[in-house]
Amino acid sequence: MTPPAFHPLRHLLGLALLLASAWIGTAQAQGVLNVYSARHYPSDEVLYAGFTKQTGIEIRRVDTDDAGLVARLKAEGQQSSADVVLMVDASRLWRAEQDGLFAAVDDPVLKQRVPRELQGADQGQGPRWWGLSTRARVVVYDPKRVKPEQVASYQGLASPALKGLVCTRSGAHPYNLSLFGAFLAHTDEARTRDWLAGVVANMARPPRGGDTDQIRGVASGECGVAVANSYYAARLMRSTRAADQEVMAKVALAFPSLQGQGTHLNVAGMAMAAHAPHPKAAIAFMRYLVSDAAQRHLAEANNEWPVVGSVAFNNPALQAMRQTPWQADPMPVAQYAAQQGQAQRLLDRVGYR
Amino acid sequence: MWRVLIGVSLGLLGLPVLAVLASWLWLDAQLLGVWRDLAQTVLLSYSLATAGLALGVVVGVLVVGGTTALLVVYFDFPLRGLLAWALVLPMALPAYVTAYAYTDWLQYSGPLQVALRQAMGWEGALWPEIRSLPGAVLVFVLALYPYVYVLGRGAMADRAAALLEAAQTLGASLGQRLWRVALPLARPALLAGAALALMETLADYGVVSYFGVPTYTAGIYKAWLSWDEPAAAAQLATLLLVVVVLVWLAERRAQGRMRFAQSKGGQREPAARVRLRGWAAAAACAVCVLPVLLGFVLPVLGMLVRLLQTPDEVGVPWARFAQWTWNSLRLGLMTAVLAVAAALWLGFEQRLRPTSWVNWVGHGLGLGYAIPGAVVVVGLLAPVLALQTVWPTNPMAALITGSVFGLIWAYLVRFVAVAMQSVQSGYTQLPTTLDDSARTLGRGGWQLWRHVHWPLLRRPMAAAGLLVAVDVMKELPATLVLRPFNSDTLAVVTYQLARDERLGEAALPALMLVAIGLLPIVWLSSRLNER
Repeated sequence: MTPPAFHPLRHLLGLALLLASAWIGTAQAQGVLNVYSARHYPSDEVLYAGFTKQTGIEIRRVDTDDAGLVARLKAEGQQSSADVVLMVDASRLWRAEQDGLFAAVDDPVLKQRVPRELQGADQGQGPRWWGLSTRARVVVYDPKRVKPEQVASYQGLASPALKGLVCTRSGAHPYNLSLFGAFLAHTDEARTRDWLAGVVANMARPPRGGDTDQIRGVASGECGVAVANSYYAARLMRSTRAADQEVMAKVALAFPSLQGQGTHLNVAGMAMAAHAPHPKAAIAFMRYLVSDAAQRHLAEANNEWPVVGSVAFNNPALQAMRQTPWQADPMPVAQYAAQQGQAQRLLDRVGYR
Repeated sequence: MWRVLIGVSLGLLGLPVLAVLASWLWLDAQLLGVWRDLAQTVLLSYSLATAGLALGVVVGVLVVGGTTALLVVYFDFPLRGLLAWALVLPMALPAYVTAYAYTDWLQYSGPLQVALRQAMGWEGALWPEIRSLPGAVLVFVLALYPYVYVLGRGAMADRAAALLEAAQTLGASLGQRLWRVALPLARPALLAGAALALMETLADYGVVSYFGVPTYTAGIYKAWLSWDEPAAAAQLATLLLVVVVLVWLAERRAQGRMRFAQSKGGQREPAARVRLRGWAAAAACAVCVLPVLLGFVLPVLGMLVRLLQTPDEVGVPWARFAQWTWNSLRLGLMTAVLAVAAALWLGFEQRLRPTSWVNWVGHGLGLGYAIPGAVVVVGLLAPVLALQTVWPTNPMAALITGSVFGLIWAYLVRFVAVAMQSVQSGYTQLPTTLDDSARTLGRGGWQLWRHVHWPLLRRPMAAAGLLVAVDVMKELPATLVLRPFNSDTLAVVTYQLARDERLGEAALPALMLVAIGLLPIVWLSSRLNER
């Protein structure tokens, strides 16, 4: 081959490499905190900005879904630049903890602020994850078609009285898997399978859409009973859109009990990554997230319950939900999170999509 | 030397595909248990749903894309010029965005049904549920028929004129001419378009998960997300790969015949169009308006309405919005440049040495298009993870996610095929006699490429680059997992908002994505009209 005078291909490659190198960040820079978040709430922006304002530490983020986040952390291993990991489901937190992706943190402030049952396991060096906020798996129902006592327990969802009325999102969604895992942990495989089969038999239509869609389904008459996370209901309650207010005017909320123990509570949590390059900043950020101001923001802007019980907040929807007293299921996260894989297999067996 | 180097580095692009195949090596008792469970429970429903979806989409895109192409090429009717151009528009709309828009408006609890029930006093569901298998078929057909339309139209316009005239002089009626001459000639191109649409359907997760349709791809995600069994997910993906290889082989055959048809065609003058009048003209017009209306105008209008209804409680951070747009564009352009370079080189190699091993690299890369993005991620991260167990401090991991390197790698795995498609079809239009003439004039190798091919291939290259850029900007699963810090894109933001069940707020980034995607699509479409 004769030596070429001009290589367009080389020029293109060169250009691309140049562009790429310009984008390669310096992941270990000072005054920086790297956050991996599986939270998908626009209101979190305010929290990040508040931390930077308070400490001067710049936050760099990757928002992704839980599974992608875990896959990424695993693949990065020791080279990971993640400092703090935020997740929105108890089972996911537990599994990442089992996989050794989190560092133990023995911090007196965190220990004092976050209730014991909302922390990861402590094997002497401190817990590996910390609850940030909680949300309840509630039942939304049409008071014209369904009586409150019919939805006083999750078991009721499988009772023949609700035939053709039940709506849920996909059973494989983490929020549902956590609930089903908790049911499994409270009972046994056979009873859980029967219960799930009963729920499937009661469905108004196959599972589809998100939690908000289920609530709208009840209001429109498509469903009589739906399972949803509390903060979606709260968001609709506080919406200024007339259509949303109409929806909430037509439905009622129930806080069912699981085997008489209380309503299933899921947790959003935070952890320091196992190989965090900026551990000090990571702990400072986690302390910030359980500060009164940040906890209040979670309650007021994203309708989640703060983990710090003493925090006062102004959220009419959350306060309305507390008017009729209900109890949270005290089962530790680790106990039901471990059941998730088995719960999925049971779902497949009973044809719960 | 160069050849080997480039060939090997392109071969590395195939690594994720190989890693997916290699997942069977990790088959152990636990995974066997998983498979037994799968076989007893969901495997059959996955297969049925996937087959139903595939069949529906293939038939649908062939009917819609084929009919519209036929009408636009052979007939004249009101608005023909405008419609010929507008029929490509749905390409700019990601299928998942069309799905969001339709669900939002058409579902049982959506504004249309609620308003109708209130106004008329009706009860129950007023029409079938959109979030279903037929609904998914509809969405995919509306989003993907342009592939068939574009390829079919090109083939009909280019080739059929002389043969059609011959048929006419032999006394064939118009119907006979279309059915027995035009359609058979265009068949390879139509099938190639349908194959592209099918591969995109098989790789989709956004629509099927939102609609609750249990396809293989939905199952792959479930294995990964719910069971935490990436190996099982990869193994399921190999089943999908088998289907894809079959489709791809069929498509290669179709393409091969297309080249044959081309070389015999010769004449490039378009056939004179038959002028339609009266109800026939109205019907033709309606048939062409419908896909544009359903596939583009209505979903975009629906989102616009939603956008205007959204109270600005949360508000859109406009500065960051510009940043998301810039990130999308930047990733799209970088990948487009690399993908076109790779496709050009492969095309050149295949032309000079049609039997070379490099061809196999090309074939392997062609498969990537149908692999779901998440499987590419699994396939990309698995070797990195394996490397880590033997060399924990290797810099590979940091490079993959700390920079855009890994993300662009994943994009290339998926989209080099798109660039190859365009560049190869560009090459098939250059007679090989050109190369021979150049060689006798002393221009071989790079010189041939630089002075003969490069100037003649600029248009297909631009088309390839634009298509890749649009595909990259729409891509979701790999972007979600592999992007570096602070580099959200429009697609990511759209997805995150939709995931948080804020469809009104998701409308703005989605519309922006459509607007950016429109630029290259409009350019391509007007290019088609020039012919």
